[in-house]
Amino acid sequence: MNGIDLTVIWAGIIAFAVVVYVIMDGFDLGIGILFPNFKVGQDRDTAMNSIAPVWDGNETWLVLGGGGLLAAFPLAYAIILPALYAPLIAMLLGLVLRGVAFEFRWRDPAHRARWDFAFTAGSVIATFAQGVTLGALLQGITVEGRAYAGGWWEWLTPFSLLTGFALLAGYALLGCCWLIWKTEGPLQRQCYSYAGRLGILLLLAIAAVSIATPFLETEYYTRWLAYPGVIATAQIPLATLIISILFFRSLSKRQEAAPFFYALGLFGLSLVGLAVSMWPDVIPGRVTIWEAAAPYESQIFMLIGAGIMVPVILAYTAWAYWVFRGKVGSDGYH
Amino acid sequence: MIENDLAINLARVQFAFTVSFHFLFPAFTIGIASYLAVLEGLWLKTDKGVYANLYRYWLKIFAVVFAMGVVSGIVMSYQFGTNWSVFSDKAGPIIGPLMAYEVLTAFFLEAGFLGVMLFGINKVGRKLHFVATLAVAIGTFISAFWILSVNSWMQTPVGYAINDVGQFVPAAGWWDIVWNPSFPYRLVHTVLAAYLTTAFAVGAVGAWHLLKDRTNPGARKMFSMAMWMAALIAPAQIFMGDLHGLNTLEHQPAKVMAMEGHYESHPDGAPLILFGIPNSKEKRVDYAIEIPKASSLILKHDLNAPLAGLDTIPDQDEPPVGIVFWSFRIMVGLGFAMLGIGLWSLFARSRKKLYDWPWLHRAAIAMGPSGFIAVLAGWVTTEVGRQPFTIYGLLRTSESAAPLDAPAVAISLLAFVVVYFIVFGAGIVYIFKLAAKTPEAHEPTPDDAPIRSAGITPAAAVLEGDHEEGAAS
Repeated sequence: MNGIDLTVIWAGIIAFAVVVYVIMDGFDLGIGILFPNFKVGQDRDTAMNSIAPVWDGNETWLVLGGGGLLAAFPLAYAIILPALYAPLIAMLLGLVLRGVAFEFRWRDPAHRARWDFAFTAGSVIATFAQGVTLGALLQGITVEGRAYAGGWWEWLTPFSLLTGFALLAGYALLGCCWLIWKTEGPLQRQCYSYAGRLGILLLLAIAAVSIATPFLETEYYTRWLAYPGVIATAQIPLATLIISILFFRSLSKRQEAAPFFYALGLFGLSLVGLAVSMWPDVIPGRVTIWEAAAPYESQIFMLIGAGIMVPVILAYTAWAYWVFRGKVGSDGYH
Repeated sequence: MIENDLAINLARVQFAFTVSFHFLFPAFTIGIASYLAVLEGLWLKTDKGVYANLYRYWLKIFAVVFAMGVVSGIVMSYQFGTNWSVFSDKAGPIIGPLMAYEVLTAFFLEAGFLGVMLFGINKVGRKLHFVATLAVAIGTFISAFWILSVNSWMQTPVGYAINDVGQFVPAAGWWDIVWNPSFPYRLVHTVLAAYLTTAFAVGAVGAWHLLKDRTNPGARKMFSMAMWMAALIAPAQIFMGDLHGLNTLEHQPAKVMAMEGHYESHPDGAPLILFGIPNSKEKRVDYAIEIPKASSLILKHDLNAPLAGLDTIPDQDEPPVGIVFWSFRIMVGLGFAMLGIGLWSLFARSRKKLYDWPWLHRAAIAMGPSGFIAVLAGWVTTEVGRQPFTIYGLLRTSESAAPLDAPAVAISLLAFVVVYFIVFGAGIVYIFKLAAKTPEAHEPTPDDAPIRSAGITPAAAVLEGDHEEGAAS
């Protein structure tokens, strides 16, 4: 019975890695999405400076999510990755393009505009692909035996495109709020003016995804809307409403840090919603976490490492953020 | 079925392409990270400006290489699943935890401290900054430790059982799995290779600037340090390579047969085939130049020891001999050329001509890329040599692939080729540009780059003192 407990713990750890990834890489991808709107020169440099010291660590959570899935739920990894082949490869190539842009744009001033474009294109592609991946997972995957059995376009549906656009709006909002927090002057004012519109866009996207989800599978419908469970699940849209109000209020009061955290709150609630829809399946309607789980010996071996290392990682990550605290200027941190 | 074969072959090409590109970067960053740690440590200890200048000089190059290593590495972490999903399902319970340990103990460490290393010196001070440099350098080691453990387990699998759904699951203790029979050899051989790669790259840059100005203190220091590494590590590497070869003979005999070009068994002493053209159809090496009994001497340390050949291996288990045979010779040839440069530098040093012997400098420049070529050739030898298996003797490559349609793999392969050549082509150009700049006593700040964002310039500000920092910001 030990194994069952560990499987739940591991599902929690993978979910944690995904949540931390979305929180941390979300805002720096968002800056890439918004980048063409910023003035060439000081504003762009400032925006880039605000994430240059931390983006690499942020992205490592994606590797932990993927690597952890392989380690703790190898069957899920083996089914999901081929099923989402096209969006995942697109995401990887997008991350390649934007990752090198951080360094290359400084190395080659003559072609800086090109690397700025690569930064934006890579960020947009990676974000959209991640959104599509979530949507495609939620709408279900064809499985036969221990393998994916669908074609290479199965992921492409109106729903997965919707989740792709939703994530674009969401990350853009996070990036926008991050810059409100970390900058001042014209760039900050520009971001204040975007934040409200992006907030409305994200709420519309959340509403659309939430309305569509219960109709994807009868299972989702009962989970969300059947009595008495609906009393619990209804708290999620209610909380979303409250946080939205707080978010817009903080914007109108010109608060600097608060909008970022309210935006994160909206993301957190969306992810809770995703968990309500999926739990305890790792591939909805097909494979549960227990069916996909690695054997006990693998799980316990990794749990020792994760138990020691994750707190250590969080500690030095926090330290690195602390080192670069405060407002960033175009000439670095003050 | 033909369709399926095509998809698998495309997946193999894709994996070979992405992993070959990727492997070049960590082979370089492992070495430069250690080099930077040594430079900064020496600077802390002696307070000599030349070390600080060299630190700044190589930190710029490190930042470019590291960025490329990170992004190509993220691709690798997903390639197992996208293209080799059956392998992932079957081997996941064993290799997954090892790779998760790599993420937890190495990737986060490198990424977490990289920001401080690149941008943080006037935030945290010299000592804490040195800690960050050390953390990044140690991270590159830990990463090599785990990924080579994974690779070695696939080559010499132990401590597993196969469960009722066909997965390899841990059966012995994890200690046995991590320290599988070929791992210690492979780890040391690879880390030494990374050091040699860096030594020859640094040595070539130093030599280039010495040819232009043999009094430049930065060029002299980097050339001297690189040549010490070459002289010390090249012989150690040849010794280590021999041990690794003996280990391979014990656990993967077919690979050694392919490396040596031994199609037939030799009951009383096998010749060493120096050169020739392996002919797998006729099962012989054409135009072979041989040294009688030398192969037995090298592999068994006995002139007359019998050696089995590929005729003892079933045809369907035979690795592609030609590729392995040649890549092995390229690696070994470069290894001995490295030893030659190392000895030459010792000789020049003893004559006090290390900085005044243009031919030595020209030779060092010519050998600049040798580490990268040798690393790739060695990688090809070991990876192609284990074919047709992904888990040696147990799981075939043809049975490891994902159930993908050929067009999907073809398109993604094309996309990888295009993006990699653009991105890494540009990166290599930038590295050459940085390396072509003379190492100066006052490493300049790029004119229009903000001080803490250009990757390196913060170090410049602090190392030069406060007046410079004021001027720059």
